[in-house]
Amino acid sequence: MPDAAIAPAPEGAVPASTAASLGDGLVVRGIHAGYGEMRVLHGVDIEVAAGEAVCLIGANGMGKTTLMRCLAGLLRPYEGTVGFAGRNLTGLSAAARVREGVALVPEGRHVFKPMTVQENLEMGAYKRLWPRRDPKVAADLAHIYEIFPRLKERRTSLAGTLSGGEQQMLAIGRALMSRPRLLLLDEPSMGLAPRVVQEIFAVIRRISAEGLAILLTEQNARMAFRTVSRCYVLSEGQIISEGTSEKLAADPAVKAAYLGI
Amino acid sequence: MDGTNTLVQLVIAGLSIGSIYALIALGFNIVFKCTGAMNFAQGEWVMMGGMVTAALFGVFSSVGLAVVTATVLIGAIGLVSERITIWPVRRPDPMTLTLVTVGLAIVSRSLVMIFLGKMPAGYSGFSGTDVISIEGVTVQTQSLWIIAITLLFLVLMHFFFERTVLGKALRAVSADPQAASLVGIPSSQMLMLAFGLAALAGGIAGAIVTPLTLMTYDQGATLGFKGFSAAMLGGIGNLPGAVVGGLLLGLIETFGSFYISSHFKDAISFAVLLLILFMRPAGLFGRVEVVKA
Repeated sequence: MPDAAIAPAPEGAVPASTAASLGDGLVVRGIHAGYGEMRVLHGVDIEVAAGEAVCLIGANGMGKTTLMRCLAGLLRPYEGTVGFAGRNLTGLSAAARVREGVALVPEGRHVFKPMTVQENLEMGAYKRLWPRRDPKVAADLAHIYEIFPRLKERRTSLAGTLSGGEQQMLAIGRALMSRPRLLLLDEPSMGLAPRVVQEIFAVIRRISAEGLAILLTEQNARMAFRTVSRCYVLSEGQIISEGTSEKLAADPAVKAAYLGI
Repeated sequence: MDGTNTLVQLVIAGLSIGSIYALIALGFNIVFKCTGAMNFAQGEWVMMGGMVTAALFGVFSSVGLAVVTATVLIGAIGLVSERITIWPVRRPDPMTLTLVTVGLAIVSRSLVMIFLGKMPAGYSGFSGTDVISIEGVTVQTQSLWIIAITLLFLVLMHFFFERTVLGKALRAVSADPQAASLVGIPSSQMLMLAFGLAALAGGIAGAIVTPLTLMTYDQGATLGFKGFSAAMLGGIGNLPGAVVGGLLLGLIETFGSFYISSHFKDAISFAVLLLILFMRPAGLFGRVEVVKA
């Protein structure tokens, strides 16, 4: 796959990408990955420039989560490299990648259920609290509570008692507490009511506008098109199409497959 | 002897031995929550607590100093044990780790036998070997020390798990290891910490119970099984449950051996344990989902 030109954002919320800013972004090359004998990804190349919002569209079972796991360091690919901000992350553990500025909001949310909302958020900032306490953590916590007022209301509740939407907000807030430069969101809308999905995506647009690079996966592309500037379409472990949201939204094949039109 | 006085004496004796079981059970639970494995070396750390304190008492001739030094030392042994036996395991599933701890237990016991001998070790309590009598109730001062130190240790552990970053990180690892790694908590270091804390709990238990019971190199397994029973009784993986389970087991055992026969001391407590587990398979405070790991 050629190094495709990265289109500028439609509404100016996202900074225009250049080759230079790609040096600060995510560069994924030739990822082959899977689980033992079951190969899922067959040579995936993607890029996310600094501050850019990108979506990975694909039906269930096409390898979106597998790719996210490779990016976050939960799964070691058979082949290929993951680079971020000019550093090669391929051999790093998930915990080490957090330090490099990459945070994943996993599929299924994975909040720490027996811990309170506030403790969950504190754990998101683990690397900034131990062994040395970063004094800015308190301000970041206040910022998260400002983005998600609902979490502030429920800050002493156990995370396991939250609704699905609240857990998703908590998972996003927890990831943001590590002060990432790239936020990976795996199926943030999964299992949520349409109204809650709207809310989650409004937040994603907001943090994207604040300059954070975002890579998210979605089965239903409609909401994603309104949030990101550029998309990749993943099918059977390969990128089959790529382009700006407008271009893909107009593509009849994409329309049929992912917009349900 | 007045009936009420006997009762009070039995309760104090039961609570003091129960405190020891609670500490051991706590150690089991900390490791279980982080790994899903049963740590068979837990009892050996209790034995080491007593044996090492005895050896250090010979050097320091101060019980307090010997107990503190030995406890810290056992905690360090826990950390080192994790690094050299658990950490290298490539597929750390609960069954493999449990088997590894069986080996660790055997090696620990042998090392103690080689370096500290087969003779029973003992030393006087914090207030000598005194018994005190208040209003006709006679208790060993060491029993009161055991209860007080256990209480202090539990308060400190509670503070650690609820208030400190490391304690919360340990809870996060036990709640969801994958999510913990995604927020940057290094699970392998947390595992080492869990083993250190479990050894600390075991070490202190052994160090404070030995003045009452003496200690030999081969007593670890028995003590471990008592602690394991207490943990099962309270619900495995449940930290407050470990405390209640331990105290309950201590009381049952003490009352059983007084009113029935001390020969059946262990049989009575295990019979009660079985009975409770028949009725509540997950223990008094356990939830079934906690046990599935």
